Formats: sequence, C-alpha cells, structure tokens
Amino acid sequence: MAEHRLTFPATEEQIRKLRAGDLVTVDGHIIGIRDRTQIRIFDEGVDPPLDLKGAFLLHTAPGVRKLGPGKYEPVSIGTTTSARMVRFTEPLGRDHGVRAIAGKGGLPDEAIEPMAKYGMVYFALVGGAAALETTQIEEIEEVFWEELMPECLWKFRVKDFGPLWVGIDSHGNSMYRDVQTEATKKLEEIVAKL
Amino acid sequence: MSVVETDLRQAVEDAAAHLYVWALKDIPQDLRDALAEAKDRETSVPGRRVLETIVKNVEIAEREDNIVCQDTGIAVYTCRVGEHFPLHPAKIYEALKIGTERATIDTPLRSNAVHTITRENTGPNTGHRLPIVHWEFVPDWDGLDVKCIPKGSGSENMSFLKMCVPADGVKGIKQFVLESIVGAGGKPCPPGIVGVGIGGSADYAMYLAKEAIARPVGTRNPDPHVAKLEEELYELLNETGVGPMGLGGDVTVLSCHVEHADTHMTLNPVAVNYQCWAARRASAHLSAGGEVDFDREF
Repeated sequence: MAEHRLTFPATEEQIRKLRAGDLVTVDGHIIGIRDRTQIRIFDEGVDPPLDLKGAFLLHTAPGVRKLGPGKYEPVSIGTTTSARMVRFTEPLGRDHGVRAIAGKGGLPDEAIEPMAKYGMVYFALVGGAAALETTQIEEIEEVFWEELMPECLWKFRVKDFGPLWVGIDSHGNSMYRDVQTEATKKLEEIVAKL
Repeated sequence: MSVVETDLRQAVEDAAAHLYVWALKDIPQDLRDALAEAKDRETSVPGRRVLETIVKNVEIAEREDNIVCQDTGIAVYTCRVGEHFPLHPAKIYEALKIGTERATIDTPLRSNAVHTITRENTGPNTGHRLPIVHWEFVPDWDGLDVKCIPKGSGSENMSFLKMCVPADGVKGIKQFVLESIVGAGGKPCPPGIVGVGIGGSADYAMYLAKEAIARPVGTRNPDPHVAKLEEELYELLNETGVGPMGLGGDVTVLSCHVEHADTHMTLNPVAVNYQCWAARRASAHLSAGGEVDFDREF
C-alpha cells in the first residue's frame, strides 16, 4: 500500500499510478455533485456550466450558510452513498474526462470496466466524517444551479483533503469486490453451521 | 388553550429545537466508548484508519461546535405520553414540528425534506407527515418523554423486510439479518447498530427495528430468548469481514439490538433497520409543570 499526494485537476498518467488500497491526500479543486445534478446533466441533457476535464468529483450535498448572491460558506460538508449514482460513471469518463469520483460505501462492480477504460479512480472517504472534511475545505469558490439546493454543482478549493483510499483503480481492481467476495464466502460458511 | 397549555406547548417546542441540534453535534458517551473500543480491537490497516478518523471527527465536531455528519437526516421522534400529561398529542405534534423548523433555520441545518414524487424541497426539514413521531401512552403518569433520532439516509436506505415462514425458525431470522448486512456492505457507514424487529406484522416489525436502533449501544432486551439472539447475531455479523466503511476488517457492527412482538401462528416477519456509526439520539423528560430534564442515557 503506497501513499500519494495529488493536486486536482489531474492527468490520466497520475491516475494510472494509483492502485486499489493506496492512501491519498488531495489539494486543489474538487467539484461537488449529487443525484439531481447528474440527472440534469445526463437525463435532461443540460451541459455542465464548467469544464470537468481532469476533475475530482465529490458526491455531496453540503450544509452551507448564505453570505450573499452566489456566495456561501461551509457549515458541514461531508459525503453521501455513491452506489446510487453508479450509472453516471461511464459518461463522466467518456464525455467529460473526469478522473476521480469520491464518496462513501463504494461503487458496484459495473464501475470497474469504465474506470479501467477511461483512466478513472474511485476514492473512498470515511462517511459521516463531515466535521473533519469541513476543516479541509478552504473555500466554496463557485456554485452553479442554485435552484437544486443543496444538490447544486459546487466548486471547492481544498487542502489536505482525506484520508482517501483508492477503492477502485484504473487497472480493474476493486477493494469492494474483494471484500464482498470474501464476505459472501464467509456468509455461506456461517449459514451452513446455523 | 389555557395559559398552562400554552407554556407547556412552548416547552415541548423548545425541547425539540434543542434536541435536534444537540443530537447532531454531540453523540452519546455509550457510542463514543463503543467506537474507541472498536478502534483498539480492529486489526485491518484501512479499518483501523477509518475508526481513527471517525474518533477524530467526533472530537473536531465537539471542538468546533459543529454537527458530526452533514446528513441531518429526517427528524424522527418517539414520545411516551403519560395519561395525565396536560397537553394533547395533537399539540405535542405541532410543537415538535415547529421546534424542528426552528432548529433547521436558526443553526442553519441542511434541509433534506422533499415531496416524494416532485422531489421539490419542502423547506425546513418538515412537510407532509414530517417529522415522523411514534407514540406510546403510559397509564397513571403525568410526564412526557421525547427522544429525537435524526435518521440519515445512507443507513435508512439499507432497510430490509422478509416475511419468513414459521418453518424458517430462528435460523431463517439469522440468515436474513446476515445476508442483509453483507449485502449492504459499506453503504450504511459501518460499523453501526443493526436494529432487528421480529414478529408482529410487516409494518410493526419495521417499527420495532427502528425502536431497536434507538437504544443505547450494547443494551440487552429483557427477554432472555431475544437477548440471546442479540448476542449470537452480534458475534456472527462481526465474522463476515465487511469491516469499517466496507473496506474489510474485524468490526462490522458495534451492536445488534432486537425488539419483538408476539405474532400470528403463521407469521415470522423479520425487519432490519441499520443505524450508521453516527448513531445520533437525544432525549428530554418533561414534567406536567413544564420542567425539562435533558438526558443522554435514555
């Protein structure tokens, strides 16, 4: 297990160096996105108002305090269950050049192939650790689609964001698939003895 | 309403506003102890780091006077109303709703509530039939107990019901709980509290599962048959290896609580309701005169 420090936006070459199980800390810019944001992009066909090339997408709907028109400060920014949004993985890589998707609980196995094909990774955060993550957000720089509050498109500047684990890498490996395979085997043994 | 009723309604509203925020910011000591103990016994490298991060997060929330998790959940309350408590439950409900709204606007908390079809946000964490309030009525008493359980969606989405048949027996109950938790993987933010409701009817089994997750960590059901099932399930669930945040490890659950109701001879319902590691709860006891005693251990 290696440790890395990355600044986003990132390149395919940087992403290909990461392996499932590695620990990563992130600086730079990350984009907050969630169910309704992606439904708007992919189901309603509305182009995102910013370039997602090389982007780190965080599955989040933050708690914020409004300071003025289009300006917010963080109250509590954490992450949500990623699995609900797995069907957007392929178009995010293929059509928008996204390099990393982060959230909690993992993405189902159908994300493994598009991540390998387009050079993407899934980063696992500690779900519920929003008080910590909020201290790692330096600023909410921009917010788009405010009418979807809190499921807007957010641009955050972060420092020391993490810890993040490479849950799924761009080489066909998934920590979640490995854990599920073992747990299912164990479950069969337990049930046989009940 | 009489002056006494007005004051009492206000006391319930103030208590609700306090409980909602308090529950979100400051998790109970029994849970802190369980998380610290889990951190010490976890042997997987990522699992241990996850638990260290969780413990650190709880400390940061306290230091910064911030909420532990951004998901302020749906506001769920349980009320035990004494027969002689001078405020009607209709007024108690109204006070809980306004208290929830006040807490959401004043803090501010994220507004999670939406219309279930249009998905339009309904405002300050209230709406049609929100908050959700469960009622219990107590004879020969004039007090009111209110427990606030803000329930996050990551764990609520991992709820499961199976109408086992009597021939499935206790084995069927155990198998279903184990399959549910392995299937849930990292999605409900493990390690948390697995609530299991058995017996009654389909809807009541799920209600019992929700009651089970709201108990202090590691408490045991007074019925020895049920307590034995809790112990056995706890051991078996931690053998699955799902681990903290589903990244693999020894600690998959902090506790397993089971509540039961007698049922029909042909029924064997099993409901599973998961509570994430941030198992938030806070309680208040109100007297007939409106004195409020806030309580962490209830």
